[in-house]
Amino acid sequence: MTKPHAIIIGAGFTGVATAHDLALRGFDVTVVERGDICNGTSGRTHGLLHSGGRYAVKDKESAIECIDENTILRKIVPQVIEPNGGLFIAIEEGDLAYAEQFIESCEECHIQLDELTPQQALKLEPNINPKVLSAFIIPDGTFDPLRLALAFAGTAKHNGAKFRTYTEVQGLLTDGKGTVTGIKVLDRASNKSQELHADVVVNATGAWAGQITGMAGLDAPVKPTPGIMVAYDQRFVQRAINRLNVPGDGDIVLPQRRMVVVGTTSFDAENPDYIPVTDEQIKIMLDRGSELIPGIRNAKPRGIYMATRPLVGGGSGRSIARTFKCYDHKETHGIDGLVTITGGKATTLRAMAEKTADVVCAKLGVTTACVTKETPLLSYRQYYTIPN
Amino acid sequence: MTEKWNITLRVSRQKDTENQHFDDFKMEVNPDEYVLDAVERVWAFMDRTLCYRHACHHSTCGACGMRVNGVEKLTCITPIRAVTSNGATLKVEPLRNFPVVSDLAVDMGAFYRKMEVVSARAVLPITEAEIENPATNWPQNDAQFLRLSDCLECGLCISACPVAATSPEYLGPAPLAAAQDVGIHRNPELLGIVDCEDGVWRCHSAFECTAVCPSFVDPARRIMALRTQVIGAKLGKLFGKA
Repeated sequence: MTKPHAIIIGAGFTGVATAHDLALRGFDVTVVERGDICNGTSGRTHGLLHSGGRYAVKDKESAIECIDENTILRKIVPQVIEPNGGLFIAIEEGDLAYAEQFIESCEECHIQLDELTPQQALKLEPNINPKVLSAFIIPDGTFDPLRLALAFAGTAKHNGAKFRTYTEVQGLLTDGKGTVTGIKVLDRASNKSQELHADVVVNATGAWAGQITGMAGLDAPVKPTPGIMVAYDQRFVQRAINRLNVPGDGDIVLPQRRMVVVGTTSFDAENPDYIPVTDEQIKIMLDRGSELIPGIRNAKPRGIYMATRPLVGGGSGRSIARTFKCYDHKETHGIDGLVTITGGKATTLRAMAEKTADVVCAKLGVTTACVTKETPLLSYRQYYTIPN
Repeated sequence: MTEKWNITLRVSRQKDTENQHFDDFKMEVNPDEYVLDAVERVWAFMDRTLCYRHACHHSTCGACGMRVNGVEKLTCITPIRAVTSNGATLKVEPLRNFPVVSDLAVDMGAFYRKMEVVSARAVLPITEAEIENPATNWPQNDAQFLRLSDCLECGLCISACPVAATSPEYLGPAPLAAAQDVGIHRNPELLGIVDCEDGVWRCHSAFECTAVCPSFVDPARRIMALRTQVIGAKLGKLFGKA
């Protein structure tokens, strides 16, 4: 019996995690990516391994997804994670007013939470704002974005998946009756076009999902929503530092290697290919970030960049739920052979892949169960060392 | 008002079996932007065929190493102001000593294989980081915490190394530095891996690796320290202390 063949468009977090899942379920997998691995939103993600604390009050579904996946990722891919926890800190009276619902919501979402006195918090993290009024410790973490993707991709490669980077999709192939049967691609390294055929095409292009669905005549299922990040050249803290309040601009500072990274903002954009950085947004990060860690004012920027979230659902900016959506376009528009996965966030990449692989398996009558929760990932270096 | 410069970005191009050549792109930039921003704008607005590697844009992933005006740089943290002037030309080329995939993108396979051979640590206890910045007295219990290692595996040191240019089998600066970080005392198998013709003794002490390292690894010093480890381990064996 020949294996079913899945083409995945996009080697960001969802693409590589879906490749890993489908390879384990016995698929022949080909991933096509127009740039190098993780060159879009995923590579530029803030790097917060969410405990779910940030979403607990307003979006319990997201929060529960986060804590569940946070726990799984710590087990299957510890090689890319700084697993040092996080603090939510209150600086002003207004922050304290948020504390009660924060505690209740975290408990409802089974997010472990310990309250600290200001003295205890300052002892743990001497560089946070000395005006701290209250603090909670939660199981946040930090990850290296590229290496997180490489670990999934490398393991997928080990299990037979093929990765074709610098390969841009030019169009969808159909059977003339509306079923998608493959893609036409341009190999940008050799400047040659080629047709690739598959039993199913998975659109895992995140904020760019509308460009692929557009090739099938369908509307974009996603709203590109960029935000800024500013890295500074000193590691002031060991834990992720969050402002204890309703999520807003510049209210998370993450440690990573010898840096901290302040993020972020949230606004709508049309074309996610290039989002310019503005001085106003840099200033917001400096002002808000230094409320959490005053020393940032004396640090030097070491990287300033925009990342474009793929947000699904109604509303705009921060009011959109962070959960992901997987569309079988046969169900939604009568177009067979095409599945789109978008939305979500880095922390939930494995869960997004599981859902997508479930949809793909159901379409093709494959009954193999998902085992990615229990499968430790191989060294991220395997992505480069295994020949394509 | 944001300052504006007009520069010419001279980009190395090479597709498939072509010979290397250069394309010029005249562009307006803010000198405080990074070199990678200029390269990315060429792809976004001027020439969609350009291939280059990049991911994190803040010196944690190590993907965007290039030679900028002939010097190895991590382009995501190299301000344009630091490497050119208004009205001047800024030349970007792929790293040396790596096979070119296309244009500015290189194949990291052989290099990552060497990092794997020496079991380079991806994360390590924060107390084992040699210098912490700022130098604060971290609480005692921080010993349990982990930090991503300094080495970004960007390959700048391999590109700059005059020895790597002549002997492809040479382990090279980053893998040797990683072996020193792991330590022969912790992993005795490293002795055989680094104490050989293509290992720790091939380094000619040019120190180019340390000059271009964007991430405080100081490979040259670590290679010298690794030699001390090797001699110590061999003397230990000689006198039956291994």
